[in-house]
Amino acid sequence: MTDHADTQDKSSATKRIWYVFSILSIVTIIEVALGIVKPAFMIENTLIDLHYLNWTFIILTIVKAYYITWAFMHMEHETAGLRRSVVWTSVFLIIYLIAILLIEGGYIQDVYSDSFIKWNL
Amino acid sequence: MDTTLEKTGTEGKTWGGGNEPFKASYGKLMMWFFILSDALTFSGFLAAYGFSRFKFSSEWPIADEVFTHFPFLHGIEAPMYYVALMTFILIFSSVTMVLAVDAGHHMKKNKVVTYMALTILGGLVFLGSQAWEWKTFIKGDYGAVETKGGNILQFVDADGERVALDEFAADYNVARERQNKNEGLWYETESALPDFTFKQVKEGFAENEELHIRTLKNNEEGEKTILSREASLAKLNNQGKGVVQGANLKHNEYGMPLFADFFFFITGFHGFHVFSGVLILVIIFFNVLVNTYEKRKSYEMVEKVGLYWHFVDLVWVFVFTFFYLV
Repeated sequence: MTDHADTQDKSSATKRIWYVFSILSIVTIIEVALGIVKPAFMIENTLIDLHYLNWTFIILTIVKAYYITWAFMHMEHETAGLRRSVVWTSVFLIIYLIAILLIEGGYIQDVYSDSFIKWNL
Repeated sequence: MDTTLEKTGTEGKTWGGGNEPFKASYGKLMMWFFILSDALTFSGFLAAYGFSRFKFSSEWPIADEVFTHFPFLHGIEAPMYYVALMTFILIFSSVTMVLAVDAGHHMKKNKVVTYMALTILGGLVFLGSQAWEWKTFIKGDYGAVETKGGNILQFVDADGERVALDEFAADYNVARERQNKNEGLWYETESALPDFTFKQVKEGFAENEELHIRTLKNNEEGEKTILSREASLAKLNNQGKGVVQGANLKHNEYGMPLFADFFFFITGFHGFHVFSGVLILVIIFFNVLVNTYEKRKSYEMVEKVGLYWHFVDLVWVFVFTFFYLV
């Protein structure tokens, strides 16, 4: 970390921080606005079991996560090895876990609604 | 980078442990890998939430209808504004943290002190907000009736607007004293009683012709199904079991008990992380004050606690999306 502290001058580092802060704020405001307005076309259309609105939320969240990790946690200044050992590991395991659990959850929902199990009064 | 480490005489020797392929100190690497494992723990929680939600996708509570309160705005529906505010508080405390780290790189002690103090303040405000959020959630809003099968029946008027129990429950005093162990049987304490008995609610419902029951089932528009007047009466009289107000781990008036369980566990686990983050920040803050890092000629400790603090913020970004927005 000393490398970039020496090479980057003070103003550009703080400039980057405020730039990232403004991105995070704008993205959060967009998320909240979408959550309140809930545009009809985004709810009516679905892509792989999730409607567009939820996809938008998930993508915006990943954008925020990218900026927090890369800028605030200085991932952009770490070596490629460190970056990959943290990011690839977690991304792979999390996607795997989520895919398996959501597929299973969707299957159980199908069993509840389409088979001979009665809706519990 | 190596200002805090003793020389070991193995510098540059590949097989002697002398090279640093990641060019980061031991402490920073361990913080990163701790964060990695902690991220997997949180993913476990959130994936379990997703699993339950997909499993019960036709009757899961709608978060906008649950978290509608804002401090000092009584009776005004403000869905999500409060959590959005909490998100901003946490993001801003992340900004002050990264400014402290930056000041540390330039060995500016006073700036580190100011920014860390602001970060601690942000953390405390966030914790207070979360306490308020929990209090509101536990206390409850409109109240509901639980059925014998463990489902929740909520009450709405002719326009589909929610109606609170105290607006229609039969008005006579049948209040029973709560059994405490300092009175009556000394070995028994019962949990808090709701404000109304099920009988009062049933009678009040029968008298108010415009009231309907709203079930947990989602209709095609993703809204909760409202029963006709006759179906409502039949449902309440045949399947109703008792009154629920607020939420705990077993019952909650918002819908599935699982929803409240996940709320308590996920936000609670995150709140615990914020709490320990504040604690660590305070320790490092005092170390900065007594010049520990000036003497070490490196503020790397501030950077490590900063990593943890940003991680807590990162987790909140995901909790915010998956618990409140999606």
